[in-house]
Amino acid sequence: MADTNFSNEQMLKLYESMLRIRKVEEQLAKDSKEGNIPGAVHLYIGQEAVAVGVCSQLSDKDWIASTHRGHGHFLAKGGETRLLMAEVYGRDTGICRGRGGSMHVADFSKGIIGANGIVGGGISITTGAGLASKLANDGSVAVVFFGDGAANQGVLAEALNISTLWQLPVIFICENNGFSEFSPTNTVTAGNIVDRAKPYGTACETVDGNDVIAVWQCAERAKLRALRGDGPTLIEAHTYRQRGHVEAEATFLSKKYRDSQEIENWVSKDPITLFEKRIVDAGQAKIEDLQIITKAIEVEVNEAIEFAEKSPYPDSGGNEQQYMFT
Amino acid sequence: MAKKRMIQAINEALDGEMQRDHKLILFGEDVEISLFGDTKGLVDKYGTDRIRNTPISETVMSGMAVGAAAAGFNVICHMMFGNFMYTGFDSIANQASKLRYMTAGQISLPIVYMSVFGGGRSAAAQHSDAMHPMFMNLGGIKVVTPSSPMDAAGLLRASIRDPNPVVYLQAAGRGGELGEVPDEEFVIELGKAARLRNGEDLTIVAIGAMVRPALRSVDFHATKGVGIELIDPRTLVPLDKEMIFKSVRKTGRLIIVDEARDTCSAASHIASLCAEECFSALKAPIKRVTVNDIAIPYSPPLEKNVLPNEERINNAVSEVLEFV
Ligand SMILES: Cc1ncc(C[n+]2csc(CCOP(=O)(O)OP(=O)(O)O)c2C)c(N)n1
Ligand SMILES: [Mg+2]
Repeated sequence: MADTNFSNEQMLKLYESMLRIRKVEEQLAKDSKEGNIPGAVHLYIGQEAVAVGVCSQLSDKDWIASTHRGHGHFLAKGGETRLLMAEVYGRDTGICRGRGGSMHVADFSKGIIGANGIVGGGISITTGAGLASKLANDGSVAVVFFGDGAANQGVLAEALNISTLWQLPVIFICENNGFSEFSPTNTVTAGNIVDRAKPYGTACETVDGNDVIAVWQCAERAKLRALRGDGPTLIEAHTYRQRGHVEAEATFLSKKYRDSQEIENWVSKDPITLFEKRIVDAGQAKIEDLQIITKAIEVEVNEAIEFAEKSPYPDSGGNEQQYMFT
Repeated sequence: MAKKRMIQAINEALDGEMQRDHKLILFGEDVEISLFGDTKGLVDKYGTDRIRNTPISETVMSGMAVGAAAAGFNVICHMMFGNFMYTGFDSIANQASKLRYMTAGQISLPIVYMSVFGGGRSAAAQHSDAMHPMFMNLGGIKVVTPSSPMDAAGLLRASIRDPNPVVYLQAAGRGGELGEVPDEEFVIELGKAARLRNGEDLTIVAIGAMVRPALRSVDFHATKGVGIELIDPRTLVPLDKEMIFKSVRKTGRLIIVDEARDTCSAASHIASLCAEECFSALKAPIKRVTVNDIAIPYSPPLEKNVLPNEERINNAVSEVLEFV
């Protein structure tokens, strides 16, 4: 794992942020199974270090866009647990008043352009946000999270070209979690994704996506580069999707597409477990400190569920077209 | 005849066509494992030269279909959800729909772009559109919207054998619906509507997934002595105008149920054709039951409100019948 001289407090903050995502999603996994959620959910479990490592570099004025697997990015960027939960539950109190759901959680007030149902959909949007950052010259950067699968959308090539040509403060973060739906990455992806930066002369790095400190540092370099006016960076973070592509996939897939040994191997490299061990071993936190954080998050998640469950469903009140145009 | 699920009927039709036509290839995202079950098992039988997973690259997929077809193959390009056709739209709209005309018929393009379409599953705005009108408007694309397992199989065979680009749209989430399917191989000609019920008082034209609620409404009204003729056009391009006109001339009243957004929907098109062709026969204004011009919402009650259902159809029936 990457070295750091972070204070105990900083370390615990990273821990808390990762754990929040994990606990929220464990709840959603349960909810999905029990049929409490109207739509599909794609869980981020196992990838938390990427969202947290990157978003810890950012403030509300910075932009992020993410993917169908977007709960983690939303929470890491400061989106509220209960607003997320109520949205996934399809309630009027959700962050998008039940219009968007799991694949569309967005909070523009926090710089969260949002999750996306279109694979690769965030790439061009973020490039535009980066253009705005540059023109506004306000010290903000724009970050897009996308998957290894999304890296095969042609728009990535277009975005790398234009953002490098125009030296836009954009950070492209490819989360290589081993799968594009049910296809192992190497069966649908030629070469290394990170190398796709090279022909454009775009700065690029790979990083261990299960090491939150390494991700943090890598994102810091990219951010400084962007703020210096040196343009975008493509980061490929190697991680692993521990859950299915979509919860409930076992109900419709007729075949297995990965073996349990592979999952176990990666679970043993779980970013949160690794980090826990690291801070405890280094004497930066006691088990009890972590337990206190865990308890607090569990309370937060329970309260969020209660909030969501008690919230009414949205009612368009006869004005279905509300929100279509300003 | 045997009862089969829609998805099984499609799967068997694909299998049969693969066997029949050695120049037929199919590619798309995760078609080897098959998300919906339509392509299930095909790769084991026909190998990856003919059934192949693609990367998530709709832009190249839709264009690759054009090139491979122009170069002599019959191509099925599986686009998964209809909304991803937007991602791959350029080659469908700018190439597939125009290339034969622009080159004075030098080539034909035997392509089927297939996907599911429509809402009702809380899949939200980017997975729920009914975008058939967009394809109808291109001119050079046939548009197929089966509503039963039998039609799904028969129309798919016809789509595959058709030497032109076809967009084949299966109602999302309806793969499990059961229906009678003939045991022998059968083809349903594109451009032939189906009259599902006969009636004298009113004509309903219903498209794709809208046929079910329309049927319920028609059967409900039959018990009250109201005779409604129900027509499923089955293909929107080509459109069986004659069957629709004939029915409207007989009943003088028309409702069209379409899951597309209202503006420029298939319903709008059919309504305008009937207004032009059957004006003197009409006893009441033509009524469209469609989706409001909005992004399909996620939350179940909102989505339910937006989609045409039996209740909305019933209301339309009352309105049209009560018009004097
Ligand atoms: C344009 C488009 N094509 C296809 C899909 C269907 N789809 C949803 S997620 C997904 C796989 C995405 O893989 P990746 O980008 O690696 O993200 P991951 O799911 O691994 O987080 C696919 C093919 C989609 N949502 N949008
Ligand atoms: Mg992936």
